[in-house]
Amino acid sequence: MRLLKDLLARRLMLFLTAVPGLLVFLMLLGLVQKSRAILALKSFSQLLFSSSWHPLRGEFGLFPFLMGTLWVTVAAMIIAVPISLLTAVYLSEYAPRFVREFAKPMVDLLAGIPSVVYGVWGVLMVVPFVGKTLAPLFGAYSSGYCVLSGGVVLAIMIFPTIIHVSLEVFSTVPNELREASLSLGATQWETVKHVVLRKGLQGITAAVVLGLSRAFGETIAVLMVVGNVPKLPQSIFDPAYPLPALIANNYGEMMSIPLYDSALMLAALVLLVVVLFFNLAARFILVRAERKAE
Amino acid sequence: MMNLRRRKIEERIFRFFMVTSTVIVLGSLLLIIGAVVVKSLPALKLSMITQTPKGGYYLGKEGGILNAIVGSLYLAGGATLLSFLLSLPIVVFLNVYAKKSSAFATWTRFSLDVLWGVPSIVYGAFGFIIMMFFGLRASLLAGIITVALLELPIMTRAMDEVVRLVPGSLKDASYSLGATKLETAFHVVVRQSLPGIMTAVLIALGRGIGDAASVIFTAGFTDNIPTSLLQPAATLPLAIFYQLGTPFPEVQQRAYASAAVLTLIILAISLGSRLLVGRFAKHRIK
Amino acid sequence: MDFQTHISIRNLSVSYGTQQALKNISLDIPDRKITVIIGPSGCGKTTLLKSLNRLLDSVDGVKIEGHIYVDGEDIYDPKIEVTHIRKKMGLLSQKPQVLPMSIYDNVAYGPRIHNGLDKKRLSRIVEDHLQVAGLWDEVKDRLHEPASRLSVGQQQRLCLARGLAVEPEIILGDEPTSALDPQSSQNVERRLNELKSEYTVVVVTHILRQARRIADYLAFLYLGELVEHGPAAEIFQNPRDLRTRAYLTGEIS
Repeated sequence: MRLLKDLLARRLMLFLTAVPGLLVFLMLLGLVQKSRAILALKSFSQLLFSSSWHPLRGEFGLFPFLMGTLWVTVAAMIIAVPISLLTAVYLSEYAPRFVREFAKPMVDLLAGIPSVVYGVWGVLMVVPFVGKTLAPLFGAYSSGYCVLSGGVVLAIMIFPTIIHVSLEVFSTVPNELREASLSLGATQWETVKHVVLRKGLQGITAAVVLGLSRAFGETIAVLMVVGNVPKLPQSIFDPAYPLPALIANNYGEMMSIPLYDSALMLAALVLLVVVLFFNLAARFILVRAERKAE
Repeated sequence: MMNLRRRKIEERIFRFFMVTSTVIVLGSLLLIIGAVVVKSLPALKLSMITQTPKGGYYLGKEGGILNAIVGSLYLAGGATLLSFLLSLPIVVFLNVYAKKSSAFATWTRFSLDVLWGVPSIVYGAFGFIIMMFFGLRASLLAGIITVALLELPIMTRAMDEVVRLVPGSLKDASYSLGATKLETAFHVVVRQSLPGIMTAVLIALGRGIGDAASVIFTAGFTDNIPTSLLQPAATLPLAIFYQLGTPFPEVQQRAYASAAVLTLIILAISLGSRLLVGRFAKHRIK
Repeated sequence: MDFQTHISIRNLSVSYGTQQALKNISLDIPDRKITVIIGPSGCGKTTLLKSLNRLLDSVDGVKIEGHIYVDGEDIYDPKIEVTHIRKKMGLLSQKPQVLPMSIYDNVAYGPRIHNGLDKKRLSRIVEDHLQVAGLWDEVKDRLHEPASRLSVGQQQRLCLARGLAVEPEIILGDEPTSALDPQSSQNVERRLNELKSEYTVVVVTHILRQARRIADYLAFLYLGELVEHGPAAEIFQNPRDLRTRAYLTGEIS
């Protein structure tokens, strides 16, 4: 009887374990299937590179949205990467223990704040600051709802990702290695530069790529501060319309205009593929790093 | 000796940048929580959490966000449960039944990693496709399914990390007493990793309850508390979003209050997970 | 034998939090001889060694009292520049710690940092010190390969070359051969013997036979106390303290 239970349970669990693998396929399949309608009419490159977005006329050029995503993501990375890495190095190599113990949970807390709350805060503080203070400083006019605001909010959202992974990477560098460098008369900073960062380079790259992939897919927070105007941004003070925001904003109209839903599903597919690519790249780097260490 | 001075100056400069960066990171946390809390105070009345929106709520009239609070709890609760019913068997299978190097196990773990990185809006879009396929309307059920899928990789990965740590020797000890794999799985492995499993569930719950992009297509929105799975459900993240989007400052204030409520709920979940870990750790073998 | 003092340890006490690792140690380490510190595991040998090049500084919660004089200056004087002290001492760890760079860069690391780049001089320094460590012939054709590709024994000799390249006066060894095979161990011991004509060598070891082979001066530590010290030959033949005798005969380990 017990053996029968064991066998049944095993069969059931096997079946369930197949779900994740299946799910990936189903997602890709589903999105591809839904995109076929619009791909039948226009070629993929036409959709990707056209800037003309007029759904009522049947024009679904995705280029402004791709560019919008790119601008906001790059802005976010430029802000987030140096700050995150410097913070991780400080916490790992310089900070006294109580600072480190105190800061780590705070960073995790930052990771737990829901996206919509970031958006609210962005509207509250970032948008007015950029619009009324920062833009005039650079002689630009901006409503505040722009690439820069999106970049700032997004950057803060990915701080925890990069910091957390980097801290883990640094902790795998053996202390004896640091001691070896210090014994040669190097300063702590030189030790960090030549030993810790070098040893952890691949891990840090993976951390950054993970942050990048998170930035690409983030929807609600960015949507609330970025302006959502379907035109190519010319400067960081211009509004933008990233892909996730496009999908989220228009699900209402999607069913009433022909081909709109198919276009949005295509956008979702593009998003999925890009994010998948970055995730796989990060994993690949990490696996290579692990193999090298053996 | 000039060389030494240059080296020291370089160190000092970078140290300054490092401390500044850390201050920026920690400061933004304080700024975000602080600003939301401060802005929410005027609108934080008991009626906010005990009443549903009355007529004209979004124009500034009476009511509260009880619809969204209950809706979120139903939705995230249901989704987390559904996800748990999938995660636990998967993790048990991967760690007790499957061979370590089996291609199936590797492929599954790989898929979970892939799914972990998929943006929530894509889950929303996929959820929508499922809805269309089964003829479901925007409802609590559709939301539950979508968020369950979103939570699945998060919960499974966190659980797997903990269950993996159960030493093979412990499992072997159980087998040598004649226990089947099933019995070993639940009486030994799960019990040993119980705190970690609970943490995994709570982490996923926290993520699920705070996500907007996955429910925007699938759960709908309503001023009422859903009484059946097929009715649309309001969720806190969307309630915040919609309230903020109105031109009325009183309603926008309520958005901040709602944001404070959501953040509080998530902090409570996070705190709860830490406490639970402490209480349930007594069964563990160190 | 007459010994001139190079390092003078006076009333050194080290504690980690509430645990005291070293209790009031006073020891004179002779110049250009091999001093071996022996004792059972946990007695504080490594702590003593690390206090010499101030590697203890970065340990959380450490308290250091007392003085250590090298060439007349107290290395724990707050006005002293730490990197200057450490440059005077080369450390050979138990497990060879090659830096994540090429063989060439490993040896050039120290000189580059302290003296700046002069390609020709650097190349000479690298070659000279690899020769002294007895590694040159084995690596001269692959200087720019990653150091991690070397065997463990080669790596340890690389660490020796690297440590010598900063031109220290003192060489510190923390169980330098315990991770190596017998052949490589012999090699390293031979180098240390050759080096003592120019450098003061301080080695920590738990291998009594190694101590017998290479020590000129011996210090026996037990539970954080300096029990006995003196010329090696004297102590091995006639240990004065009961504890020393017990350790030497293998009763305590």
